[in-house]
Amino acid sequence: MWIESLTSWWTANQRLTFLLLEALWDTIVMVGVSGFVGFLFGIPFGVLLHLTKKNGLMENKHFNRYFGAIINAGRSIPFIILLVAIIPFTRLLVGSSIGTSAAIVPLAVAAIPFIARMVEGALLEVPSGLVEAAIAMGATTRQIVWKVLLPEALPGILNVATITLVTLVGYSAMAGTVGGGGLGDVGIRYGYQRFDGTVMAITVVILIVLVQLIQSIGDHFVKRFDYR
Amino acid sequence: MIKIEHVNKIYTQGKKKIYALRDINLSIPKGAIFGVIGSSGAGKSTLIRCVNLLERPSSGAVIVDDIDLTQLSHKDLTLARRKLGMIFQHFNLLSSRTVFANVAFPLELAGEPQEKINARVNELLKLVGLEDKVQQYPANLSGGQKQRVAIARALATSPKVLLCDEATSALDPATTKSILVLLKRINKELGITILIITHEMDVVKNICSEVAIIGDGELVEKGSISDIFAHPKTQLAKEFIHSTLDLSIPDEYAEKLSAEKSADNHPLVRLEFTGNTVNAPIISEISQKYQVAFSILSADMDYAGGMKFGIMLAKIIGESEATQQAIESLYAHKVQVEVLGYVD
Repeated sequence: MWIESLTSWWTANQRLTFLLLEALWDTIVMVGVSGFVGFLFGIPFGVLLHLTKKNGLMENKHFNRYFGAIINAGRSIPFIILLVAIIPFTRLLVGSSIGTSAAIVPLAVAAIPFIARMVEGALLEVPSGLVEAAIAMGATTRQIVWKVLLPEALPGILNVATITLVTLVGYSAMAGTVGGGGLGDVGIRYGYQRFDGTVMAITVVILIVLVQLIQSIGDHFVKRFDYR
Repeated sequence: MIKIEHVNKIYTQGKKKIYALRDINLSIPKGAIFGVIGSSGAGKSTLIRCVNLLERPSSGAVIVDDIDLTQLSHKDLTLARRKLGMIFQHFNLLSSRTVFANVAFPLELAGEPQEKINARVNELLKLVGLEDKVQQYPANLSGGQKQRVAIARALATSPKVLLCDEATSALDPATTKSILVLLKRINKELGITILIITHEMDVVKNICSEVAIIGDGELVEKGSISDIFAHPKTQLAKEFIHSTLDLSIPDEYAEKLSAEKSADNHPLVRLEFTGNTVNAPIISEISQKYQVAFSILSADMDYAGGMKFGIMLAKIIGESEATQQAIESLYAHKVQVEVLGYVD
């Protein structure tokens, strides 16, 4: 019966349909761009954490400890607080503290330490024997990173990407706080603040489909690049 | 070709010093297949990893082709390692690369042009007999095939030395044999010096010309295979030789075995032949001379480093006095005799 109510609602509310489509697009943009920026910094940071670890190729106890502490701090701050706390930084970067692009900055900032730790974990899965063999063949550290660590950890890194994107979809719901738009925002405004249960249900359904889609595509690529 | 001089490797655990290697001295001539044998934890893996400085010795020199590797800068060491091939127990192939790309890997590292890489990789895969697996991924290969790929990869940069770290320990006996045959061929055809680390005496016996025995981080004995097999000086050497020639008493006999000599039983003996004793027809001679019969339960005669050696379990049947004389005569011929007991 709620499906019936959904379809009848759909035909009766053309305006809201466009609103939802726009919200979906906003979510995709926020998640996509912040995810991309997150990886742009998160992967090198994860590699750095891995290399400077004890017995790593560029072992550096102090750097690893302090850098690790910064990464941990980034991961400890609840996203909703981070969102507000870095508003000056956001304004500096994108010139405004409201709107979709303003939401992308805190999303990316939250994603970077998350990705860095997860990539570090994926690199840890690469058997140490492979690195050793590469050293024995006269590989430089740069060659080991590009030709051994990253390609061998690729399935793990793709898995990290999937998890990150799904997490970002969740985080993006809070972006409404700074007027970022997106499905979560619509769900909260219409469902929670205006008691419109149907709109909320629709946004939730769209979010479920979106997350399923990300997971399936992610799984497909993990499988595609896993030769182990 | 390889000279290891006064190498020590010390680990510190808290305040305790642990010697993984203690004053190791080895000289491996060009073109040799040199074996280092030891049980697990003896330090043999540490030793081979010190040769290409995967582990840096705490003190001492590692001289390969007249260059002391321990004195090189990081950059020069990286370049020097390209002249040292290495293969491993667990193959260490890159799972994300095909067989072709794995063999091409060291050439890519050295920055060779693509045409040269293609030609060299195909030549190497032909050498190890894997021309038909070029585009396969390592996950689809058997252990023996993986080790062949690893060998091709190790040879890609035309090294002068091939280091084998327990290279056959993860393989079944038949595959081990085929890999050893390949290593021997590589040694002969390409003139590469090979250093093999293993815990299997069979491997050493099969292909090495010289062997060093390592125990508790120390080199206890070294020499040519024939010397070690013929005249092992240390207990450890004897144990390793026994491991390749292990004859135990069959259960049936073990049950009947008695320590007491009586009128109607006969001595059960274990005979060990080493060095030149094997070539003489001692058993036949003694049998005729003392009118005794040898009933052989089991025997294992082998050939290593141009030397025959072996072990035999036999019952000596004859008059009590005659059998005693026969045993003494065996001693006189430098056959090691151990009377295990008496059976009827």
